[in-house]
Amino acid sequence: MGVEGIGASVVRKEDRRFITGKGRYVDDIKIVGLTHAHFIRSPHAHAKVKSIDISAAKDMPGVVGVLTGQQIVDDKVGNLICGWAITSKDGTGMKMGAWPAMAPETVRFVGQAVAVVIAETKNQAKDAAEAVVVNYEELPAAADIRAAIKQGAPQLHPEAPGNVIYDWTIGEEAATEAAFKAAANVVSLDITNNRLVPNAMEPRAAIGEYNEAEEHFTLYTTSQNPHVARLVLSAFYNIAPEHKLRVVAPDVGGGFGSKIFIYPEEMVALWASKKVGRPVKWTGDRTEAFLTDAHGRDHLTNAELALDANNKITGLRVKTYANLGAYMSLFSSSVPTYLYATLLSGQYNIPNIFAEVISVYTNTTPVDAYRGAGRPEASFVVERLLETAARQLKVDPAELRRKNFITQFPHQTPVIMAYDVGDFGASLDSAMKAIDYAGFPARKAKAKSEGKLRGIGLSCYIEACGIAPSKAVGSLGAGVGLWESAEVRVNPVGTIEVLTGSHSHGQGHETTFCQLIAERLGVPISQVQIVHGDTDKVQFGMGTYGSRSAAVGLTAILKAMEKVEAKAKKIAAHALEASESDIVIENGEFKVTGTDKSIALPMVALAAYTAHNLPDGMEPGLKEGAFYDPTNFTFPAGAYICELEVDAATGKTSFVNFVAADDFGRLINPMIVEGQVHGGLAQGIGQALLEGAAYDSSGQLLTASFMDYAMPRADDLPSFKLNHTTTLCPGNPLGVKGCGEAGAIGASAAVINAITDAIGNNKIEMPATPDRVWHAIHG
Amino acid sequence: MYETTYHRPSSVDEAVALFGKGKEAKFLAGGQTLLPVMKQRLAAPSDVIDVARIKELIGIEPTGDGIMIKAATTHYDVATSGTVQKAIPALAYLASLIGDPAVRYRGTIGGSLANNDPAADYPAAVLALGATVKTNKRSISADDFFKGLFSTALDDGEIITAVSFPVQAKAGYSKFNNPASRFALTGVFVARTPAGDVRVAATGASQNGVMRVPVIEAALKANWSAGALDSIKVSDSGMLADIHGSAAYRANLVKVMAQRAVTAAG
Repeated sequence: MGVEGIGASVVRKEDRRFITGKGRYVDDIKIVGLTHAHFIRSPHAHAKVKSIDISAAKDMPGVVGVLTGQQIVDDKVGNLICGWAITSKDGTGMKMGAWPAMAPETVRFVGQAVAVVIAETKNQAKDAAEAVVVNYEELPAAADIRAAIKQGAPQLHPEAPGNVIYDWTIGEEAATEAAFKAAANVVSLDITNNRLVPNAMEPRAAIGEYNEAEEHFTLYTTSQNPHVARLVLSAFYNIAPEHKLRVVAPDVGGGFGSKIFIYPEEMVALWASKKVGRPVKWTGDRTEAFLTDAHGRDHLTNAELALDANNKITGLRVKTYANLGAYMSLFSSSVPTYLYATLLSGQYNIPNIFAEVISVYTNTTPVDAYRGAGRPEASFVVERLLETAARQLKVDPAELRRKNFITQFPHQTPVIMAYDVGDFGASLDSAMKAIDYAGFPARKAKAKSEGKLRGIGLSCYIEACGIAPSKAVGSLGAGVGLWESAEVRVNPVGTIEVLTGSHSHGQGHETTFCQLIAERLGVPISQVQIVHGDTDKVQFGMGTYGSRSAAVGLTAILKAMEKVEAKAKKIAAHALEASESDIVIENGEFKVTGTDKSIALPMVALAAYTAHNLPDGMEPGLKEGAFYDPTNFTFPAGAYICELEVDAATGKTSFVNFVAADDFGRLINPMIVEGQVHGGLAQGIGQALLEGAAYDSSGQLLTASFMDYAMPRADDLPSFKLNHTTTLCPGNPLGVKGCGEAGAIGASAAVINAITDAIGNNKIEMPATPDRVWHAIHG
Repeated sequence: MYETTYHRPSSVDEAVALFGKGKEAKFLAGGQTLLPVMKQRLAAPSDVIDVARIKELIGIEPTGDGIMIKAATTHYDVATSGTVQKAIPALAYLASLIGDPAVRYRGTIGGSLANNDPAADYPAAVLALGATVKTNKRSISADDFFKGLFSTALDDGEIITAVSFPVQAKAGYSKFNNPASRFALTGVFVARTPAGDVRVAATGASQNGVMRVPVIEAALKANWSAGALDSIKVSDSGMLADIHGSAAYRANLVKVMAQRAVTAAG
């Protein structure tokens, strides 16, 4: 592998600038004439906007413009779109209400923008915003799923009667029904999957800049996928045609899914830059992040498992209500359907599955993909059910899982997915060994003698990453393809630039992607530059989410590399007067195998660009591109085991141990993988113990700051023990699967299974705060 | 933040005079509450008078029967003071639990007491130890100082100059963190006087801010041990209830934290 090749824990190239404060984020960008935007946001969860009086504000010091929702509608800026069409079981399409970038008539969640003030300084914009008088007529609000679906509930959108967006099913209902009828045992569970706020370290920000002379727009934005942003902004929002719009996503400080979507603020910054004739910057504050970044999760589920007399699973039946908030965010429709229900088979051989998902509108912040996006919810359902079944049947939870594991691959589940490879038993063995599972009963007894409630919880997750192929996702309703593009440019002096449509916002692509080049050419990674995040530089790309960048983005780079290598070998063979088939690449040199003849990469590159002596008919230059569309998802999987103690007097949970055994296929950089797992586990544990967005019945967000929304801190978390088992993904040449979301997908169930084991009460909701745990123990 | 005029007086007298001149003046004594509130535009003082840099307000001194902590002494200085650690280790321990390092380097005891946040730590210590709050005008006993949520006996423009803590025979503090803010979801300070009286104060629990807990005081006076509280029940009447804890949960925490504070006190 070499010291910097695939499999080496190379120190991250990008960290020097990040940790010395030299990163360049959107808010760091200064442009001559820059103005600052401040949004006027609804304090009500549901209200009619009766009037907006801007007369006092518009003449205040420094004010450049005050723009309202009506103006953005008048300018025919398109409503926000949802990019995945879901069809209900009755054959009708999803019932989508209009979402203008600023509300001209009706506000439907606290924090929805109705107007924007643009001024010379942020403070002047805030001052003027206070002088804008918005007259609201309050309407009754539906603040959660139960309130939205009951008879007589307040209606959010006329398009969606009963607030139901779609009622969608997957699997065979009759066959599943029959499996339950024939079952020896049925296990049933009601599950709440709590709503989460993403809380990337860097809040969202945008700068719109309009060049009147060229009728050209530039948007600097905190995006995980700048090309998709450009496509949507031009094709659907009519702000600028694609060739007159450049989107730049520079350094981005975390996304976790929340920066996939094109938000109203970015649209407004871009649109307003032309309106006021000045560049317009908006940087969200933390309160705006809580109120307007797309939230995650928020399901209510009833799930039932059917088992035969031998404890083999024969059926799974799931009914889920998903809260999509007040509007349908860009990929919101797909998260509780194709990213959720398709994973309900878990790691198990389940012959019959039927799931129904009803997505509803509520007067809350829109909900969309958040680290894991549907898969954590599915994994939580399956793993809570398995644990509950083991307790109900009085069998060991590890053995019940093992008995039902899928062991033959490929495996077609009843819910679309065809698992390509895996060894679930190996992961479970690894985790059980690491935590000394066999010794747990003795440890539990010892803890009990000391007055402590100790529990152990398993979670055997599977997920689907690198969502693909484009043809398949298109047939399921997706509005985009899910390939990736890459271009490899070898410069005349032999240094290399790799242009990728993937986008790094913490993942370390500037290091890992270089490692592939180092592996192939034997050049140091310092000779390689990764270029991403700018639509003027990279032709197109689909961005980074769903743990897709290694499996799809890096494979695209490999495909481009193979073309570069093929051409370079021809040039080398020509220069060395050897047969092309005899050329091998080693340590940055092209060698004639079995001889001492060689030519260094810079000389090959120089030859390509001087073009003085190229093979007949060869074009000059050494630059190749590739588009790569995978044939299937990848299926990372693993086993997590959590051992913890509960203080019965306070309900406080303390970790004893947390082990992870993941199968990510080939690891490019094990250190970065470890960091990804740590971060994912922190978010999964955060969901289980700490995090939960709470609204009151009027739709006010009670957890709108870190004073009330509990983000995990380092001392909330155990020291993780990570292990890896490996089955190489057969679907891509690198054998990689993806590691970015696993921790967040698998951890929650392990924690809740352990807590419920410790306290002997299976009924507890996330976040399992000390208060809730204490009440579960004491009533 | 709205525009404001920042003053840095060098004496208490100068600070008081500046306060009198300001239209809506506020004292700044560390700013761990005032500045975030100003940044959110929820407070708009015309003048901010920074008393945290006044030299006569900084320092810790032993007194005849205890210690005196001057008002602008930071939590960090209290937590790490050899004088406090020796005289009233529970007080140094309490200070070490406030906020995070950044808060402890800036926040001051006087600022905390004048603000009287219902979940702040210091009020529990001041009340349980029977401390005396000294101002530029008078001395106020702990029992008279706290007047409910964010409310104290301080007059407008009155500055806390120091807090005198008597050394008690026993003292202990136990805090249960709010998982989000890490303020006290409930914190209980217990103290036994040399004469055998017991004072117990709970913060974070009551709708009225810091409070004495007579039922626990009586039980501990009879028997200074954690076990003495096993059978008592703290009423949940008047307790705070929010997403972090029900009233019943907080009432339970008052008892459990009291038991742990007694154990810590020895």
